[in-house]
Amino acid sequence: MIVDAARGAPLGTDAQSPPSELVQLLTPEGERVEHPDYDVNLTPDEIKSLYRDLVIVRRIDAEAVALTRQGELGIWASLLGQEAAQIGSARALRTDDMAFPSYREHGVAYCRGVDPLDLLGLFRGVNHAGWDPKEHNFHLYTIVIGSHALHATGYAMGIQRDGTENAAIVYFGDGATSQGDVNEAFVWSAAQNAPVVFFCQNNQWAISEPLEKQSRIPLYRRAEGFGFPGIRVDGNDVFAVQAVTKKALENARSGQGPTLIEAYTYRMGAHTTTDDPTRYRLQAELESWKLKDPIERVKAYLVKNEMADRTFFDAIEAEAKGVGSDLRKRCLELPDPEATAIWENVYATEHPMLADERAGFTSYLESFEEVSR
Amino acid sequence: MSAETLTLSRAMNEGLRKAMENDPKVLIMGEDVGRLGGVFRVTDGLQKDFGEARVIDTPLAESGIVGTAIGLALRGYRPVCEIQFDGFVFPAFNQITSQLAKMRMRSLGTLELPVVIRIPFGGGIGAVEHHSESPEAYFTHTGGLRVVACSNPADAYTMIQQAIECPDPVIFFEPKRRYWDKAPVDRDLANAAPFDKAVVARPGEDVTVLAYGPMVKTSLEAAQADEGHSIEVIDIRSLNPLDEETVLASVRRTGRCVVVHEAPVFSGYGGELAARITEKCFYHLEAPVLRVGGFSTPYPPSRLEDHYLPDLDRVLDAVDRTFAW
Repeated sequence: MIVDAARGAPLGTDAQSPPSELVQLLTPEGERVEHPDYDVNLTPDEIKSLYRDLVIVRRIDAEAVALTRQGELGIWASLLGQEAAQIGSARALRTDDMAFPSYREHGVAYCRGVDPLDLLGLFRGVNHAGWDPKEHNFHLYTIVIGSHALHATGYAMGIQRDGTENAAIVYFGDGATSQGDVNEAFVWSAAQNAPVVFFCQNNQWAISEPLEKQSRIPLYRRAEGFGFPGIRVDGNDVFAVQAVTKKALENARSGQGPTLIEAYTYRMGAHTTTDDPTRYRLQAELESWKLKDPIERVKAYLVKNEMADRTFFDAIEAEAKGVGSDLRKRCLELPDPEATAIWENVYATEHPMLADERAGFTSYLESFEEVSR
Repeated sequence: MSAETLTLSRAMNEGLRKAMENDPKVLIMGEDVGRLGGVFRVTDGLQKDFGEARVIDTPLAESGIVGTAIGLALRGYRPVCEIQFDGFVFPAFNQITSQLAKMRMRSLGTLELPVVIRIPFGGGIGAVEHHSESPEAYFTHTGGLRVVACSNPADAYTMIQQAIECPDPVIFFEPKRRYWDKAPVDRDLANAAPFDKAVVARPGEDVTVLAYGPMVKTSLEAAQADEGHSIEVIDIRSLNPLDEETVLASVRRTGRCVVVHEAPVFSGYGGELAARITEKCFYHLEAPVLRVGGFSTPYPPSRLEDHYLPDLDRVLDAVDRTFAW
């Protein structure tokens, strides 16, 4: 690539240019297309199951946004538009693979069997994470951008030492690729040949910063410099994402080391419920991505190929609605923790100072109860 | 009978070896820890005997050392990380304070993070900048971490093994200028104090001197040199949690206290000790708790470090001042 250092910014457009090397198996119009290296052989039932996943996680997400608007959650990071990237990759995982999410991976959490209510706990502020990572092989959300890329890499080093055929996958966004920890994870995993898949959802926006503020080249091409393959996939194509992730995981498990997957997608909503994207991006861009919706194309494919009819779609819609209203009900019932929870689980072993603080604060609280009596 | 005279570096090495023999999940990782055996030779010979999968020469990336150690711990390993010098720990600060320290609490107790981070700390070796620092207060301020410092070969041998066995993350400070000091090492762990307890390094009657790491020796030398007062020296050993009982019992008895560390006095660990002692021994104190330590400046060039570092005279000067009150 010719680099014009003096011009700077325009070179960044390369990072965002229409993806020529994008792996795609299902067009936005729902047409199945061939790719020389990737294919999926899904039964109609499997495709319908993916459709169901996509619709349900979109509904969970919408419910959480609504709960935030109504003051029931402090904040929510919506996955709207990224459903295929998450469902496609998570459904490529085996149960005994390990996933390390960022904080927008609600679709991955769903596929790993995490109760969506346990995701809400964090955003409601009743805990920092409500699920057992070991039970689901789904780690805690990581909010400090990119820190968990190293955790995934270390975990993968553990897999190597155990001699098992597993892989770790770590999810992060385009913004995270600028972080030192992500780049260190690239260096480490390459040097160690660790069985880890770096799954980057390039949703084009790191809050208000477009990709050209972060990269001069398409993100998947960064991998080459670190010495492992990088691939860009249509992140709104659940078939292609699943195929590409499956291959990368198989490579990792069979000792071929890491892969960087750039799932090219779009954050249809705000960064979080506190964000206002109208301040930094154009409506026209949003409209163009609406035409690439990850769910509509699967629906179109199912209809065109007469794999599903109205009854099926209505049933899924009703099921999703049920999941949403159930989640809402349970969210409202989430109790605030007791004050003493502050000191719980900080240390595995006895810590006299914490015990003193806890006892002191407990009797302080009790002194109010005595007064009110 | 099992006591043998070892340098502190060698005692660390043997303690690590013992831990690796006892538990195949114990790993060593850091820069130059393998073939070279570490810049202070603490890991000498371990890669040769335990292999490259267990003694890992890492890329030069401290955040990566701690970050991948967290991942290994999540997979059931017990990594012992070496940060080559105190001043190099800061690239790993997020991984230690925001990730490692909090993960157990964030997971509601479902995750265990038995990671030990060894940090050679303190000055006095004539090093260039970033090689002589005392960053302990950054870590004692962070809930979820245990912070300890050894001061002598015997403790180095036992405390590193106790730290590795501990299910919580431990920041393990080693007094780098004392690496070549020799002392008898008792290899029977049953005789060792728990690693979260302070010990009376020298009993005395008139004044309590609190120190840890490299300043224990300095304080002991001061106590030895002072013919006018009977100085009790307590080796704090565990900075978080603090063994209050041992410290407070001593100060209640002597009524006077001097705290010594190399780190800057302002906002330093000694401030916490002074505050706690004042609060809990108020009616026993004959004088305010005095602090001796580094100045409120960056660590100076090494030709000036003898002025910056507390020495025998500055400890005794503080002792004298507590009696002049």
